[in-house]
Amino acid sequence: MLYREAGQFKTSYAADQAMFPIIQDRAFIAMVLIIAYGVVPFWANEYWLQAVIIPFLIFALAAVGLNLLTGYAGQLSLGTGAFMAVGAYATYKITTIYPDINILVVFLMSGLIAAGVGMVFGVPSLRIKGFYLAVATLAAQFFIQWLFNKVGWFFNYNPSGTIIAPPRTVFGVMVAGPEATAQVRYFVALVFLTVGTVIAKNLVRGRVGRAWMAIRDRDIAAEIIGIQPLQTKLLAFGISSFYCGVAGALSVFLWLGSAETEAFDINVSFQVLFMIIIGGLGSILGSILGAAFITLVPIFLTNAPALLNIPFPTDLSKHIEEIIFGGLIILFLIAEPNGMARLWQIGKEKLRRWPFPY
Amino acid sequence: MDLWNVLFVAPFADMIGSPRFLLEVIIGGLLTGVMYSLVALGFVLIFKASGVFNFAQGAMVLFAALTLVGLLEHGVQVLFALAATGIIMVLLAIAIERLILSPLVNQEGIILFMATIGLDFVLRGAGQIAWGSNVKPLDVGIPDKPFEVAGILLNSFDLFAAAIAAVLVTVLAVFFQKTGVGRALRAVADDHQAALSVGIPLRTIWAIVWSVAGIVGLVAGIMWGAKSGVQFSLSLIALKALPVLILGGFTSVPGAIIGGLIIGVGEKIAEIYWAPPFGGAIENWFAYMLALVFLLFRPQGLFGERIIERV
Repeated sequence: MLYREAGQFKTSYAADQAMFPIIQDRAFIAMVLIIAYGVVPFWANEYWLQAVIIPFLIFALAAVGLNLLTGYAGQLSLGTGAFMAVGAYATYKITTIYPDINILVVFLMSGLIAAGVGMVFGVPSLRIKGFYLAVATLAAQFFIQWLFNKVGWFFNYNPSGTIIAPPRTVFGVMVAGPEATAQVRYFVALVFLTVGTVIAKNLVRGRVGRAWMAIRDRDIAAEIIGIQPLQTKLLAFGISSFYCGVAGALSVFLWLGSAETEAFDINVSFQVLFMIIIGGLGSILGSILGAAFITLVPIFLTNAPALLNIPFPTDLSKHIEEIIFGGLIILFLIAEPNGMARLWQIGKEKLRRWPFPY
Repeated sequence: MDLWNVLFVAPFADMIGSPRFLLEVIIGGLLTGVMYSLVALGFVLIFKASGVFNFAQGAMVLFAALTLVGLLEHGVQVLFALAATGIIMVLLAIAIERLILSPLVNQEGIILFMATIGLDFVLRGAGQIAWGSNVKPLDVGIPDKPFEVAGILLNSFDLFAAAIAAVLVTVLAVFFQKTGVGRALRAVADDHQAALSVGIPLRTIWAIVWSVAGIVGLVAGIMWGAKSGVQFSLSLIALKALPVLILGGFTSVPGAIIGGLIIGVGEKIAEIYWAPPFGGAIENWFAYMLALVFLLFRPQGLFGERIIERV
């Protein structure tokens, strides 16, 4: 009786087109936002914010971006790490050359640069499909990593080859750099994720998202009904890379503080891909759930032996972690190949019929 | 002008300047390419028969090599250790079929791909827990001596590797073309459902294919392990085999061989003639770029089946 749409009449077009037409959904989202903005930053301590929650927010943003490309437009990409690296290095370059520009604006500018790079590497998608394309995007991954490693201009000829987030303030509040508090970083990451999610959600409901899904489901049929494959696919690559680029910039400036190209290697690409597959392809909510799962499980596994008071040599526990993580992924795929978003949907269906079995 | 010179003039001048060195580079590239082909072969076999893009092939190579080294370290005879490792790979294949493939049958390719990445984690962890994670030399008694033929420096180990690859490909070709099981394998590769309906046991066939891929992985593991030691990074050669795959086509055994040779030679030449002005270490991405450019002209790879699309 708790969750049902019966009796909720829509009396205007605006109400009909609403993002969450059912009042219970709106209440749930409002609750999540209140907790995220009002409770978490004051309840969680520095360690939790910095080591768990901020990386979760950043990866969730990247996962939303990749899901637009892979889940909605159907283009499998393994270059996420590289596009994140582009965002991070672009932010670093812009903010060191023009320190006066508001860092939040710089994040968005780097997102645009990443979008440009993503579109360049998206061009082959017109000719290549499926796993061939996935391997082709690895070219982006390895090339960009090499470029940022070898060309000194990108890291300002720093002898260690790392980029270090310089201190930056926004309206007098320290946002990036070693002196910024975890709370502020958390808020910035959260705002980016919230705005990014709302935009993504609306993109996929609209004309653009429908074109993407048509291309995903059957590209030739989509072409016949008048969807331009070139523009649609490149737009998907561009927007997805924009999200990834911003996420990469945030990950250096809000989370890591300093990074080398290894921070954006192929494992990151796989990690984000795991997130959207565990979460659910073609679901914005799924990307966020998946990001939570993939960032939390390794932390839990690392801390579990200590919590249970079982002493382990560290290298052994690292391998056991690998085994459990891999096994969990396989188990999850077998149990629910459509991801956590599907579980969520099933739960909602159950609630709708409750207390009757069917 | 300087860039033009670096890119288009100097390398070719070098090549023409010392043709003997160029020949040596090409032969070196061909022999490295053979090693890539060995890894790529495992991918192709599995993709052909079950449509699974098996990312865990690299981990299978590592696992096989680690098992072999571990057995040898415990004083087991070489032949006996080889046989034991082969049996372990077969058991592993059966376990994979039982635990991962059958529950996921008829799922989309990307889900199966993800499952093999999970498998990759499991195998890497398990192999290193069982046999330790330090670098181990693997000595199976293959002579590794440089010698000279007509003024060109060759290495007996590389030639041996090439011979092994040739034997392996011949055996596989005969197995696929001439035996009953091979015919069943090709039928499964063509159409799972049709194969099932004429009475081919799908699950047995998959177990066989994964076993064969495991054995191929063992051979690749021996060759790579003998060359550079058995260690964690062995599983990363899977990443080297991927451009070979897209170049040759996912479904073609000869493609894997030819693709491996092209990538091997291209990479060596680029590394020697073009890389120094760029600070070197371009071999990580060069193969991918080569394959990418190639794919723009032939999207299904060198020998891949022609892609016919219908609405």
